[in-house]
Amino acid sequence: MRKALLAASTALLLVTGPTLAQQKTIKIGFISTFSGPTAVIGNDMRNSFELALDHMGRKMGGIPVEVIYEDDGQKPDVGKQKTEKLIESDKVDFIAGYIWSNVLLASLKPIVDSKTFLVIANAGPSQVAGEMCSPTVFSTSWQNDQTPQAMGLYMNQKGVKSVFLIGPNYAAGKDMLAGVASTFKGKVIGQELTTWPSQLDFSAELAKAKASGAEAVFVFYPGAAGVQFLNQYAAAGLKGTIPLYTAFTIDELSLPLQKENAIGVPGAQEWVHDLPNEQNKKFVADYRKKYTGLRPTYYGAQSYDAAQLIESAVVATKGNLSDKAAVQKAMEKANFKSLRGGFKFGNNHMPIQNFYLQDVVKDADGQLSLKTVATIVKDNQDRFHDKCPMK
Amino acid sequence: MTLFIEQCLNGLQFGLLLFLLAAGLTLVFGIMDLVNLAHGSLYMIGAYFAATFAAWTGSFVLGAVLALVATLLVGMVVEVVAMRRLYGRDHLDHVLATFGLILFFDESVRLIWGPAGLSLPLPVWLSRPVTILPGIEYSAYRLAIIVVTAAVAAFLYVLVMRTRIGMLIRAGASNREMVGALGFNIKLLYTLVFGLGAALAGLAGLMQAPILTVQIGMGENILILAFVVTVIGGIGSIRGALVAAIFVGFVDTLGRAFFPDLLRMVLSKEAAATAAPALSSMLIYLLMAIVLVVKPEGLFSAGQK
Repeated sequence: MRKALLAASTALLLVTGPTLAQQKTIKIGFISTFSGPTAVIGNDMRNSFELALDHMGRKMGGIPVEVIYEDDGQKPDVGKQKTEKLIESDKVDFIAGYIWSNVLLASLKPIVDSKTFLVIANAGPSQVAGEMCSPTVFSTSWQNDQTPQAMGLYMNQKGVKSVFLIGPNYAAGKDMLAGVASTFKGKVIGQELTTWPSQLDFSAELAKAKASGAEAVFVFYPGAAGVQFLNQYAAAGLKGTIPLYTAFTIDELSLPLQKENAIGVPGAQEWVHDLPNEQNKKFVADYRKKYTGLRPTYYGAQSYDAAQLIESAVVATKGNLSDKAAVQKAMEKANFKSLRGGFKFGNNHMPIQNFYLQDVVKDADGQLSLKTVATIVKDNQDRFHDKCPMK
Repeated sequence: MTLFIEQCLNGLQFGLLLFLLAAGLTLVFGIMDLVNLAHGSLYMIGAYFAATFAAWTGSFVLGAVLALVATLLVGMVVEVVAMRRLYGRDHLDHVLATFGLILFFDESVRLIWGPAGLSLPLPVWLSRPVTILPGIEYSAYRLAIIVVTAAVAAFLYVLVMRTRIGMLIRAGASNREMVGALGFNIKLLYTLVFGLGAALAGLAGLMQAPILTVQIGMGENILILAFVVTVIGGIGSIRGALVAAIFVGFVDTLGRAFFPDLLRMVLSKEAAATAAPALSSMLIYLLMAIVLVVKPEGLFSAGQK
């Protein structure tokens, strides 16, 4: 009896023993949309994240990586629930992903409260860049306003005098329209916000844009809505009459469905598949090899960068993720080869980066493809960083 | 003025589309006394069939015709397999069973077509604008929807008011037991009516598919509107459904188009921009509430129970 007790207590001692500084696995929770009409975006993000892990040999700093993918169904309440599950029951070390600003805003509190490290791979609500910034929250995408701001600058270059803005009525839609209005020097004649994501029939809004007499239309519709918008724009006879300027409306996922309707419609973007740096060439080539028939998008590139950012922190801290201050410091350095050719973090952990003008062209295979035409703005920092209390 | 005409056409197009859904709903409710929540699923099935058949055959029109036939068959099978057991039962049983059917259809679609949804591209001749009046260009496809739905409405009118089957349908709406007692095969009539309703829903779905995306659950949003139309128009009345559907289509589209500008006169620009989409989508329900207060049986009630 005594022997058994002794053995049991020794065993217990061995188990609880000195806590190991290094972890056995790196656990990453990845939240995106894997069902519904925008599931293609989530799949592209997952594909790119998986490709990044393949390139790393599925280890970060020698420690095996485990990723748990969760589907938010593009719904804020579901996203929050999945986030809480990842934090409380899976006890992940990092959370990455988030396409939609409204889903992210709903999920932010449990992440910040639990001091879990978050790498946002797409959404960029102004609140997170400003007053709601947090030491453990990083972004490998952009703040929502930045991309349309670049588009506003380009419209100035083109000498556009007046514009009509159309976008969805949710956090990102409002940011995008405010962003373009902040840099555009001409007159904003009118603005329409539509019910999101249910409204896909834009007949009433298009008729108003046409009647407003604006010289140009700016639009932000990601995913399936972007396909519907561009096709309805052409069907209503506006294409060719009123020039259209976009942000996040034409990408490699929507282009095969928009086809000719996307030709001649410029967009602004921080990443285009033809950016001429080595890591990007490898990413695009390997992606097309691994996922035959598919082409990576900026959603994917940002997710690939998210994996790289996490790896850089794990390597720098030698896997000791319990030292949160050290992890944060390592992440702030952005010490990895970004697919867009490198960027720095601002005080609010948002990237300071270039924005490019992209156009739709026929590529060597005769397929419609995106092409970088020019750099609109260099080393651009978002306009909310002053509001972030972190210095 | 051009803007107003164009918005009216948009309203008419949406209204007529709603009529297709509501007509089936009101027929089934009025004649079989059956609450069919799964009507939206038939709308979804129609859209999925159209997208699939159009991709197979390479022709939009052929795909649409095949989808229509397929939805009609699905509707008749559903009636024989499931609905038949529900007649004469409590409305709560109907709601429960047809809600189950919604789940069944959603999951079946997920199994067959995957979770991502499909798209139904338009042929070139329909994706261009046409000039309908000097200075007014309108989407050819939307115009086609107006023409097709108006033709279907006319067909339904003739079918219900001028044919023998129509007489039976009207008789069934007024007094079901008596029709059976007079020796008519009420079972067959029910299967036909349900199939017809399904085909109408499928037609609405497949025509809406190129404008929206073909996705799981696409029927649920529009089903609510279809119920609103049925309630406003009066249960069991095709004429009521037509008037109410066009009415609802106009209120919805014109509300979306002009309400924000009205709101901007009283509210600040930002507040108006945020509140307007929400408030204009409420207008329809406001309309329904007013109709229910003034005429609780709806505008055109189809006979007394």
